[in-house]
Amino acid sequence: MKGSIVKQLALMTSIISTTLVLAAQTSPAPKPAGTAAKPAAKAPSTNQPDVGQRKFDANCGRCHSFPEQLSPSITGTVVRHMRVRANLSAEDEKDILRFLAP
Amino acid sequence: MTATSLLMRLKEGLIGPNTTWILSILLLLAILGSKADAQNTPLISGGVGFLTTTNGGVTALQPVIAPVAAVPLGEHLLVESRAYISDFIAPKNGNSGPYEGDFFAGLQYLQLDYLATPKVTLTVGDFLTPFATYNERLTPIWISNFQDAPLIFPIGIQNGSSVGVMLRGNAYSDHHVRLNYAGYFSVSSDVPQFTGERASGGRFSMYLPDKRLEIGVSYSRLLQGQQGNSEGFDVWWQPYRVPLAIRSEYAHGPHSQGYWVEAAYRLSQWNGPDSWLGRLEPVFRMQQTFRDSPGQDQLPAVNTQRADFGLDYHLPHEVRVNTSYSRQFASTGNTNIWETTVTYRFLFPAWKGRSK
Repeated sequence: MKGSIVKQLALMTSIISTTLVLAAQTSPAPKPAGTAAKPAAKAPSTNQPDVGQRKFDANCGRCHSFPEQLSPSITGTVVRHMRVRANLSAEDEKDILRFLAP
Repeated sequence: MTATSLLMRLKEGLIGPNTTWILSILLLLAILGSKADAQNTPLISGGVGFLTTTNGGVTALQPVIAPVAAVPLGEHLLVESRAYISDFIAPKNGNSGPYEGDFFAGLQYLQLDYLATPKVTLTVGDFLTPFATYNERLTPIWISNFQDAPLIFPIGIQNGSSVGVMLRGNAYSDHHVRLNYAGYFSVSSDVPQFTGERASGGRFSMYLPDKRLEIGVSYSRLLQGQQGNSEGFDVWWQPYRVPLAIRSEYAHGPHSQGYWVEAAYRLSQWNGPDSWLGRLEPVFRMQQTFRDSPGQDQLPAVNTQRADFGLDYHLPHEVRVNTSYSRQFASTGNTNIWETTVTYRFLFPAWKGRSK
C-alpha cells in the first residue's frame, strides 16, 4: 500500500516536472500588455553598464536574477523592498529605479 | 529540511490552518495600499514549489507556496510580509506506515519599514533576525541553491524572526566600499503568529563592489531562559567576469559551532545564459558542525560532516529545478540524502496600478 502511494506520487511528480520543463523550453515567453521586458539599459551601445545596472548587479543580483517580467507599476515597490533588504541608500534606490524603469 | 519548514516548526503557534489570518492581513494591506502612485502599486511576489526528499531511504514530499506582499504607504513607509503554506507528506511513523500530510500555514514575517533618512531605516514588527546572511537572503525557496538549509542555520536567529524594533541601513558608501549595519531588540511574545524571544543583536558588513567581496560579522544575545551569546562570520565573493558565487558562514552558539562553504558556477560562459548548457549550474556545499555541550539548539547532537553536490537548471519563465545528493557523516550513522525541487517564481501587481 505504502509502496504504491509512493510510486504514484513519484510518477505524478515526474509528470509535473516533465510538463513544466517541456512547457518552459518550447513555448515563447508571454508578453502581456503593461509589462516591461528587461530595460533598454541592459543593452547599451557601449560596453559600459550604467550606474543603476551596476548597482543592481552589485546588490540585488548577488542573490537573485533579474525578473523576466516586471510591470512598470511595481518597479518603485520592488526597489523600495530591496532598499530595506539590501541596506541601499536613497541614492542607490533612485539609480536602480532609473535602470528598471528608464 | 528547508529553512522555511524549519522556521515554521521552530515557531510555536504557527503550525495549524491559519489561512484566515493570512487572508485577513493581505486584505488589510490591500486596503492600505490602494492610494499607491504610478510605480508604487502593491505587489505580490514569491515562489511556489514542489519538494521531494529521500533521507536514509525515507521519501517525503512537500508542495509549498510562499507569497510575499509588499505595500508602500506614502513616500517613507513600506509594509511587507511573507507567508508560508505547505503540506509535508511523509510516512506516519517516521520511516514506515502510510503517508500522512502535515499542513501548516503562517506568516514568516510582517514588518513596517520607515525610511527615516536616506541611509537609515527603522523597522518594527515581526522581522527576519539579521544574523549572518542565510536567514535574510537565501530562505526564499526560489533563491536558495539547495533545498536544505545549512546545518548551522538555527544558530543566532532565535525563532527565525524577532518581534520588536530594528535599525538598519548604510553607514558609509563610496565607489569602493560600503559599510552596512543592522541592530535589533526583540521582546518575548507568545502571541500566536508573532511569537518571539527576548534578545538583541545585529550584523555589520563591509562590501567591496570592485572586488564583489563582502565580509560580515554578527552577534546575538538571548536575554531569556538559558541566556547565551552567538557569534557569526560570513564571507561572500562573486567575481564580476566569472559566473561564480562563493558563499560561506561560520557561527558559534552556546552549545555548538560550525560552518558551511558553498560554490555555485553557472555555465553561462558556454553559448550564453539562455543556451541549454548555460542554464546549468553545478553547486557544491561543504559543512561541518561541532557539538561543544548538550543543548537543544536544533543542530545535530554529535559532530557532523556533510557534503552536498547539486545540479540546478534555470528554465525560462522563472522555473527552476534543483537537484542534489548529499552524504552526511556522523558517529550516529552515515546517510544519503537525495533532493529535488521544482520552483516557480512569481511577481505581479496586486491590482492594476494608476497611470502616470
